[in-house]
Amino acid sequence: MSKKTYRQAINEALAQEMRRDPTVIFMGEDNVGGMGAPGEDDAWGGVLGVTKGLMPEFGRERCLDTPISESAFIGAAVGAAATGLRPVAELMFVDFMGVCFDQIFNQAAKFRYMFGGKAVTPVVIRTMYGAGFRAASQHSQCLYPLFTHIPGLKVVMPSSPYEAKGLLTQAIRDDDPVIFFEHKVLYDDEEEVPDDPYTLPFGEANLTREGDDVAIVTLGRMVKLSNEVADKLEGDGISCTVVDLRTTSPLDEDTIIECAEETGRVVVVDEANPRCSMATDISALITQNAFGALKSPIKMVTAPHTPPPFAPELEDIYIPTPAKIEAAVREVVAYSREVVA
Amino acid sequence: MSERIRAIMMPKWGLSMTEGLVTAWHLDEGSVVEKGADAVDIETEKITNLFESPAGGVLRRRLVEPGDTVPVGALLGVLADAEVSDEEIDAFVERFNAEFANTLAARAEAADAGPQPETLEIGGHKMRYLQMGEGELLPLVLIHGFGGDLNNWLFNQPVLAERRPVVALDLPGHGGSSKSMRAFDIDSLARAVGEFLDALDLPLTHLAGHSLGGAVSARLALTRADRVRSLTLIASVGLGADINMDFIRGFIGAKRRKDLKPVVEQLFADPSLVNRELLDDLLKFKRLDGVEALLTRLADTVFADGAQAVTLRDDLLGLDVATQVVWGAEDQMIPAAHAKALSETAKVHVLEGAGHMVHMEKASEVNAMIETLAID
Repeated sequence: MSKKTYRQAINEALAQEMRRDPTVIFMGEDNVGGMGAPGEDDAWGGVLGVTKGLMPEFGRERCLDTPISESAFIGAAVGAAATGLRPVAELMFVDFMGVCFDQIFNQAAKFRYMFGGKAVTPVVIRTMYGAGFRAASQHSQCLYPLFTHIPGLKVVMPSSPYEAKGLLTQAIRDDDPVIFFEHKVLYDDEEEVPDDPYTLPFGEANLTREGDDVAIVTLGRMVKLSNEVADKLEGDGISCTVVDLRTTSPLDEDTIIECAEETGRVVVVDEANPRCSMATDISALITQNAFGALKSPIKMVTAPHTPPPFAPELEDIYIPTPAKIEAAVREVVAYSREVVA
Repeated sequence: MSERIRAIMMPKWGLSMTEGLVTAWHLDEGSVVEKGADAVDIETEKITNLFESPAGGVLRRRLVEPGDTVPVGALLGVLADAEVSDEEIDAFVERFNAEFANTLAARAEAADAGPQPETLEIGGHKMRYLQMGEGELLPLVLIHGFGGDLNNWLFNQPVLAERRPVVALDLPGHGGSSKSMRAFDIDSLARAVGEFLDALDLPLTHLAGHSLGGAVSARLALTRADRVRSLTLIASVGLGADINMDFIRGFIGAKRRKDLKPVVEQLFADPSLVNRELLDDLLKFKRLDGVEALLTRLADTVFADGAQAVTLRDDLLGLDVATQVVWGAEDQMIPAAHAKALSETAKVHVLEGAGHMVHMEKASEVNAMIETLAID
């Protein structure tokens, strides 16, 4: 056990699975770097250096740099998965996913279903998401709701280094296509991560805080902010449960409903745009299944329905913040107090 | 530090503890205190426990109040004889706090987290252990139970290490040791510990083992009696047939915190001692590759057909090593009646108000018992 960053945890999961299973390979733009440039080997490790250090151990046969053609290499990864490898493709920013939707939505997501379970597609697509990096509208979106919408895909949202290693290990061993969302602002976050390999199950939410008054249902980077808020409010006598969804598909409906029933007050915190989102989906799930237990309307804390702005001042307003989460929690608590009084 | 004035300091329980929250005082200023008296309730991120007064005297100052969180080593209170003047006490506090500020600064600079576990490679298997303390007295080796690790001794090792080297180890397959075992029985575990002691060059030691670790230490003592000075068996396996298989199966099978909690609560007389961190640490261990299969095989061998497979009682009755048996009266894993198995030859202590984790729940009593038996 030692402290590892989110970046190191992902790198370690990849390295350990590549040691364990010779069919695991990875590919992506500048994932290795230095191709064709004398004296430069293992130069990049992808745009933020996540895969750096793997090529010297596993060689260029298993660590592939690809052309800047997402549709080609995502298609290649899906095909390789269908024919016996376990590829981990890095699609730099999820914002670029648009050009390879057919490979993902119509091919990878459909093989198992359309071939009657006889085909498996154990591909992992790692991708960066989220705002806060001053990277403007085409490099800052969340987009996980799009993938969650497609049956046949698994969608994973690691919230911390420990979560990232266990969930990526599970993703690589999983026989279905997995879209693995890494928040670009989390890469330098650090926590204790076991040195040995381990897996975290899909479809099982994790309660990072347990409280009686309000359930904050959240995912990805927003778990960290929600934990901060829960810790702060604990001192003010408001105790919060924080539900880290871990995966949006499969979705742990039972835990969400249970926590809504136990607290009666729900705040959903979701960094994505609010239309057709996890926030709306979870709100509907709770309303349908736990309406009788609710003591106040569900509050959603999300980005507005705009592209992520480039102006830093606007980007800061765009992203859900601890202050907004805290205000929402206080609002649902105040609402129910009025009704009780 | 003056002997006339004695400090009560925030203890360090376990590897990760850096600070503690004072939740209650059991002593008033001015009261006469005996060493070992209930002093302060302290909550850490892992567990809440009662801290007992490390010395006797009049409690002259309480320097923290319930609700305060202070770093390990900080001054909680001051004990002194009645004739020591208030000025002397104030000077002591001032000096202590000035020195402690330096200690804290040095700690921050060195990122010094205290003694850290080490690993040793034996026959391709990694063994993790934590060594603390030095002194003239013979070393003591602590062996945890099924599914446990060296952190189970967090309330014992620092105290016992005040006068001797104390080594707490992770059994094969457990904690930070390799998640592999050569064979899944008590004999092979004892062999592995024996090789570990040889590798650490510990020719003669005192042994204390809890639960499955009790059976391992007993087997080790039986195979090399000349190298074991004393044997403390705590809620030990190997002294009778009964074992709570619901616990064993529940422990192996539980994958989520809410499933694990009621299982782990059975280990304590006071179930409120089980908190999230404790459960999270156990889940993190259980999720490691190979652990579930390994625990299953170990349980299938050691507790085959729902009963303890090995009884060491008859052998232990003939063993010429000073032995004692310690049990919690409310043990739900292995009934306290098993403690009587060795009553002909060993001292037997059954402690009220404690469950299977008696060395955690009644740490100072158990520590005193170990020190009483392990006199040299």
